[in-house]
Amino acid sequence: MSQLALAVAAVALFAGACSSSDEPSTQSGGSSVTAPAPKGAGNSGGTLTVFAAASLTESFTALGKEFEAAHPGVTVKFSFAGSSGLVQQLTNGAKADVFASADQANMDKAVQGGVIDGQATVFATNKLAIAVAPGNPKGIKSFADLNKAGLTVVTCAAQVPCGSATKKVEQSTGVTLKPKSEEQDVKQVLNKVQSGDADAGLVYVTDATSAAGKVDKVDFPEAQQAINSYPIAAIKGGQAELAHQFEEFVLGTEGKTELGKVGFGAAQ
Amino acid sequence: MLGVPAALALALVVLPVVGLLVRSDLTRLPSLIATPSSWHALRLSLITAALSTLACVLLGVPLAVVLARARFSGVRLLRSVVLLPLVLPPVVGGLALLYLLGRKGFLGMLITTLTGESVPFTTTAVVIAQTFVAMPFLVVSLEGALRGSGDRYEQVAATLGARPWTVFRRVTLPLLLPALGSGVVLSFARALGEFGATITFAGSLEDVTRTLPLEVYTQAEVDIDSAVALSLLLIIVAILVIAVARPRSWEGGLR
Repeated sequence: MSQLALAVAAVALFAGACSSSDEPSTQSGGSSVTAPAPKGAGNSGGTLTVFAAASLTESFTALGKEFEAAHPGVTVKFSFAGSSGLVQQLTNGAKADVFASADQANMDKAVQGGVIDGQATVFATNKLAIAVAPGNPKGIKSFADLNKAGLTVVTCAAQVPCGSATKKVEQSTGVTLKPKSEEQDVKQVLNKVQSGDADAGLVYVTDATSAAGKVDKVDFPEAQQAINSYPIAAIKGGQAELAHQFEEFVLGTEGKTELGKVGFGAAQ
Repeated sequence: MLGVPAALALALVVLPVVGLLVRSDLTRLPSLIATPSSWHALRLSLITAALSTLACVLLGVPLAVVLARARFSGVRLLRSVVLLPLVLPPVVGGLALLYLLGRKGFLGMLITTLTGESVPFTTTAVVIAQTFVAMPFLVVSLEGALRGSGDRYEQVAATLGARPWTVFRRVTLPLLLPALGSGVVLSFARALGEFGATITFAGSLEDVTRTLPLEVYTQAEVDIDSAVALSLLLIIVAILVIAVARPRSWEGGLR
């Protein structure tokens, strides 16, 4: 009896190992039933897998629903994570149809890794803002205010896009911050401001807007010095036609509306 | 008949490490590891893991003895509470610590009022996070050994007139040494690999809170080769720790 159980476990392990390489590796890990898209039948079905930067979570989730409504039979699945992590997954063979990056550098990496089909198109821009506790109790009004004595400031690490944007602003203003922590992604910075452990954090305008009510947003003009672009592209070996339709959807009026809601800027 | 699943189990542990080895450029390994950031991270990791192991021993040994010898009802529930950090996702542990010891947490508020200092973003926070996740390993090893050995020797010592503290020092502790050895190694290794609770509760800043696992994560964003090299370094350190401590604690048996 126990031998039978062991054998079953071993078989399950192998089956799991084999099937996982065929499936799109989404963040949620849920297995999906991928209906084969009928050839030449236009957009009458199929699953579109989109790998997108974490900062696109709110807007792309809404866009995905609208896309499904406009394309009956199509299911859109998302994997939201840090852009560089997504590039790692893609270059290591993860199956997807569309990749939307939070910066050009990671899209370039994906292109170099040979996973991008055709050209990447910039669909939005983003810039930094200061997130503070509701009501701004510490009275932070400018970027230079972040260096006031006794403030706990948290930023992104220089290795991630929001951190490199922070570095650019520091260079252009001559204000060198002394953060208490350099977080790995922008949502972690936001969390530390929300929990009250940081007085201020440098996040994207869009993250501060999405978290309205839990944090206040302080805009500062120097953020103009570090605008980052969000490019989108189709993945090689994916469903080219459907991917292209989704790209157009993001670049079109629906995309502009949803992205604008959380504060993304237009492509420049 | 057990050979096949046993080999599979072993392969599940060994092959991923082989994958890392194959992926890495061994000739470039020394230059990838020998960066100031890596050394700072390694040093911080070794220091904090040693401190948290010490904390695990100071707090975990008495807890294990109490749990093993306690006769009151509810000790079972207590035991599962102690084991909670083993099953909690590390980020949950980090959040829990943050909402206890963070600036808005009730204990954190008290500490800030009394000392003017706050715990998050400090090396102390790293040690607390590591102790939180590592202590169950020590408690489990010790408690198992204590239950296995029973308390006959202690009772005999007590009937011969030894005071409780003398019994603990001269009888209980020596009996526990092998299990204590393996518990210490496990705690140290777990503390060394701690990631989620640290990054959530303590943050990530070079020389203050960025331990080796956090450095690996940070490097993986920009330079996967150096992240792989640092991962190998972490594995080497972990294997050294286990290898150095193994002969006495594991091969010596628990009895």
